[in-house]
Amino acid sequence: MPNDYFAGIDVGSLSTEAVIVDSNKHLLSYSIVNTGINSSAAAEEALSEALQKAELPRNRIAKIIATGYGRAAVGAAHKRMTEITCHAAGAQQLFPEVRTVIDIGGQDSKVIHIGQDGQLVDFAMNDKCAAGTGRFLEIMAKRLEVKLEKLGDLALLAEKAVSISNTCTVFAESEVVSLVAQNHPIDEIIRGLHVAIVNRIWNQVQTVGVHGQVALTGGVALNRGVVNLLEEKLEQTLEIYSEPQIVGALGAAILASK
Amino acid sequence: MSLTGQLRYHFMKDIGAPALMGLQNITKKKRIRKPDPLFAPPLECTARLKEIMTRHYYLARFVPGAKPVAWVTSGAPVELLRSFGFYTIYPENHGSLVGAKKQGANMCAIAEGAGYSPDLCSYARIDLAHTLSGKTPAGRLPKPDILFAANNICQTIVYWFKAIAHHYDIPLILLDTPFNYSAINDGDIKYMVAQLQEMIPVLEQAAKKKFNYAEFQEIIGRARDTSLAWSDVLATMKNRPAPMTIFETFFHLAPIVSLRGLPVTYDYYQILLEELQQRVRQGIGAVTNERKRLMWDNIAIWYKVRDHSVQFAEQGMNFVTATYTNAWAETTVYMDVNNPFESMAKTYSLVILNNNLDYRLRLMERLIKEYQVDGLVIHSARSCKPYSVGQYDIKRKLRERLGIPAVVIDGDITDARAYSEEQTRTRLEAFFETMGD
Ligand SMILES: Nc1ncnc2c1ncn2[C@@H]1O[C@H](COP(=O)(O)OP(=O)(O)OP(=O)(O)O)[C@@H](O)[C@H]1O
Ligand code: SF4
Ligand SMILES: [Mg+2]
Repeated sequence: MPNDYFAGIDVGSLSTEAVIVDSNKHLLSYSIVNTGINSSAAAEEALSEALQKAELPRNRIAKIIATGYGRAAVGAAHKRMTEITCHAAGAQQLFPEVRTVIDIGGQDSKVIHIGQDGQLVDFAMNDKCAAGTGRFLEIMAKRLEVKLEKLGDLALLAEKAVSISNTCTVFAESEVVSLVAQNHPIDEIIRGLHVAIVNRIWNQVQTVGVHGQVALTGGVALNRGVVNLLEEKLEQTLEIYSEPQIVGALGAAILASK
Repeated sequence: MSLTGQLRYHFMKDIGAPALMGLQNITKKKRIRKPDPLFAPPLECTARLKEIMTRHYYLARFVPGAKPVAWVTSGAPVELLRSFGFYTIYPENHGSLVGAKKQGANMCAIAEGAGYSPDLCSYARIDLAHTLSGKTPAGRLPKPDILFAANNICQTIVYWFKAIAHHYDIPLILLDTPFNYSAINDGDIKYMVAQLQEMIPVLEQAAKKKFNYAEFQEIIGRARDTSLAWSDVLATMKNRPAPMTIFETFFHLAPIVSLRGLPVTYDYYQILLEELQQRVRQGIGAVTNERKRLMWDNIAIWYKVRDHSVQFAEQGMNFVTATYTNAWAETTVYMDVNNPFESMAKTYSLVILNNNLDYRLRLMERLIKEYQVDGLVIHSARSCKPYSVGQYDIKRKLRERLGIPAVVIDGDITDARAYSEEQTRTRLEAFFETMGD
């Protein structure tokens, strides 16, 4: 068959991913670009890059499913599905035993319960505010003049955590400023921030419940501080794919291949 | 009450308002609606509903000086007031009107400017904003002579009405309904009956009218019959397809909330019921392609009712029941003409918001079964803490017991600033995906 490749595009609030799979659901290539201000341009860029890596011309893609906040802006998509369904499908493909998926992206965090036959049973999402999402950590990294990539490791090095009482991003930011002014060690403040975000996510996890093995997806899975603290709460190790940001796009590609 | 005031009110009631309504009907008939393929044609009764409610708010302007005016909470035992001839205004109903007109956020901002917290219930903020500024998109509300409240819905109402009482320097009459942590007991009933009886001399003085027991009994009887008619209206939605959507009932609810105990309300539900039964006989569904049946929990998101009804109808989903609309039917059975005070205590104490979560869970379980519900949409309303607390536990329990899928959407009853369009869309679409194609 000439057209036996499928693509998934996940246009998130911060990053856009494209994934290409073949009809056996094998991953051929992927790309990650910044979403920026123009979602449809980001989707195009991500798709072109993935096609290039796979050395495929555009017309070999039989079906494209778009997901993520910018899914409506993907003109090339044949179908649009929510991140909930796509992250569940992606995690299922990578870790068949997983029944709970936690996705922590830039502006959202979600917890998904997958049933025995892979169907969506239940989910919870954060409310309107950015507390408990990657954006929260980004803002704090900037405020503390620490590289985002280093933030999680610094949290793990700290001996204790300073308690952060506000989960509202804006209030937490000013709280951090005053903690710095009071000469609290930076790494302890950072650990405090991680504890705050993990507590917030933990509340969400509890509304859905922990079922079977748990996967963590989204960019925040790259943060070892969050991973560690979350594993402590869960009392089990998290399944994390080497490129956690592409799981949603992978799920979309898998669904397109069905 | 002045003679000129009385004359003016009766002139408007008997001649002015009917003339105005007639005029409105004539102008309305010119507008031809395009049929919407998603829905059955609008219920004929809707015109009558609008007439009743417009007339009620319109006449309210001419009431001061003619009749005593009471501002009343949705859960207050209004039957007692009716026997004294009070003209009643429901700030909560007014709040929902303002919300439906998409003016909630603007009104709330006025109250916030006066120092009220954005965390305060938006019905309260809207009412306080109106009281302080005189502004409302609903025309003009008559100044109250007394306030009449029950804390069976929340404690907010107590402090909100205290602020209004202070502003106008008028009496606040409050029925304190102890929360039912478990079954209601005799002590609670005695306590409430004593309060109701204590109210009589206060009301006699405010209305300058003696209490008439026989009249009161008649009103209790009519209120009971009206509530039963409302129950019957809701029960028509047990049919497949359901002849009405819950979004419509949110509006058809207005008379039983704010004109309860009056003959016009009883008559209205008779004609509504007849029209719905006719639809059932003809097999007409309100949503033309009723594929799935849903239940709504909590008060409506007033500024989104239209959008939501379209969004769900597009999926072939119809809301056939709601804990909210059911609240005016659920305790009807307790009303008893021969035992008015005790029965009123039970009727008003046993409502959903004055009851424990276990009660709520059992109620929802029953509705899900009776109405053959496939999925549940839970509105977590920023305004209404008593309604929104415990929703995640209820959701989990219902899934465990009945395997029913559910989604929570964060929002508010009237304050659109607490609602995120994008986030809600994602949640609802994910819910549609859960429900299968
Ligand atoms: N190298 C890194 N180390 C640590 N954290 C990272 C790294 N890269 C990204 N992140 C975190 O991941 C977040 C972005 O995650 P992701 O790319 O999954 O978001 P998104 O899909 O665009 O957003 P959303 O799903 O909310 O719309 C950032 O806010 C940041 O906190
Ligand atoms: S919406 Fe809730 S908080 Fe507001 S008045 Fe009604 S019951 Fe009370
Ligand atoms: Mg994402």
